[in-house]
Amino acid sequence: MPTKIEKDSVTGHTTTGHEWDGLKELNRPLPKWWLYTMYATIAWAAVWFVLYPSWPGIGGYFHGTLGYSQRDKVEADVAAVAKQRAGAMDQIAALPFDQIRKDPQLMAMAETAGRITFANNCQPCHGAGGGGNPGYPALAAGNWLWGGTLPEIQQTITYGIRSGDADARNSQMPRFGADGILKPEEIQQVATYVATLYGRPETGKDVEAGKKIFAENCAVCHGDVGQGNREMGAPKLAARTHLYGDDRAAIIAQITNPKMGVMPAWHSRLDTATIKSLAIYVHSLGGGE
Amino acid sequence: MFRHEIIEKNAILMLVLTLLTVAIGGIVEVVPLFTIETTVEHVKGVRPYSPLEARGRDIYVREGCYTCHSQMVRALRDEVERYGHYSIAAESMYDHPFQWGSKRIGPDLARVGGKYSSDWHYAHLINAQSVVPESLMPHYAFLADTPLEVEDVVARMKAQRAVGVPYSDEDIANAAADLRAQADPAADNTDLLKRYPKAVTVPGNGQQPTEMDALVAYLQVLGTMVDFADPANEKPRQ
Repeated sequence: MPTKIEKDSVTGHTTTGHEWDGLKELNRPLPKWWLYTMYATIAWAAVWFVLYPSWPGIGGYFHGTLGYSQRDKVEADVAAVAKQRAGAMDQIAALPFDQIRKDPQLMAMAETAGRITFANNCQPCHGAGGGGNPGYPALAAGNWLWGGTLPEIQQTITYGIRSGDADARNSQMPRFGADGILKPEEIQQVATYVATLYGRPETGKDVEAGKKIFAENCAVCHGDVGQGNREMGAPKLAARTHLYGDDRAAIIAQITNPKMGVMPAWHSRLDTATIKSLAIYVHSLGGGE
Repeated sequence: MFRHEIIEKNAILMLVLTLLTVAIGGIVEVVPLFTIETTVEHVKGVRPYSPLEARGRDIYVREGCYTCHSQMVRALRDEVERYGHYSIAAESMYDHPFQWGSKRIGPDLARVGGKYSSDWHYAHLINAQSVVPESLMPHYAFLADTPLEVEDVVARMKAQRAVGVPYSDEDIANAAADLRAQADPAADNTDLLKRYPKAVTVPGNGQQPTEMDALVAYLQVLGTMVDFADPANEKPRQ
């Protein structure tokens, strides 16, 4: 209890009136504007507690009189944007590709949607702008494994490759070395022959032996002269676009125990319009057919 | 008039009032824990982690992945458009501790499962810049060379069970077999998938499971357990 409020002669301020063993304290109250702002925030908190979800209870929580829910809010936000885009996106989903391509506005929409979706979902494997990565095809280069027309690209994106989806594109290269289909020296020979297909000057009897082994084992999928086969997703060997490298060791490794890439099926993450937009974007990167 | 002096000069009264004040704070923090079930949505699909995934989660925590990656898709439009359905409480109800995090030096991982191939995860963990040139992520190549410690997986599962993760006796009895089956594509994974639906079998090295195998198995299941396209899981509500 303040007992003796007095004026301090040095500072001109009053004391608090307390005294502890002869020590006194100057009374320097908070600025009024500060104090009232604080009271206002406390009052606002009380209002907030009533309007918005606040107090936890035993069997739930107090939902607030406004009925605000963050989940309803985000669903409304997403729906509002979807509605805004609906005109164009519904058309992209419904129309065949050749009609979409005739409409510059739809194409602009599709390419924008495709570019953004690509950066988020595809770029980590296929690289910025579809430049590709070791083991992941360059989409801008046009060396399509499964076809580079718009419907083929759409199909690949929708169901993936070896994704486990029922409609996925599937193919499997036998493990010629690991399963003992070819002997190690035969693998050496066929690797020598494969190198000639993409222009490495190899000569000698290995080439002839390799050619025979290739015709018997590899040509059925990769084609007589390594031109590839898109029906089976068998890569073209007669070009320096080998996914897992084209030096001799890489070729031998791939024949011995082949690596086979997996692409996820995207239909569970992306809707049809987005997948078609993505196909249009990928098609436009430089390799489209 | 209220006189604070009375409290200050009465030790017992001060003690009682202090206890009362602290108790209010304590009750507010503790009581909701007794009613935690009311805050968890009823959705189908959430299951405990398979033994390999659970070990992968341990590696995730040990390596401090949470310091750069969150696991929480917030209920905001841009997040939902980028990552997918917002995270719900039920999805982390078997996480002890949860990995929600708040740092996003790297992207959110709550729905990374199935987004990339397992091969990609190996390549990316070994050398992130080999696939994403602009990445800041450190290299975790050593995880591929470190055999996974599997001896204590049963003890770990029992510890999780003690804090409420519903591993059955059968789950625990088959832990070692399940763990190996998930790290070997050649193995029969029928039982594994029966116990742990949607478990992703990782390529492995054909020999001993490595820490990287476990981590990739964990990453590949993140966010995939609840099928939000299923009408039963529509609009998850507490």
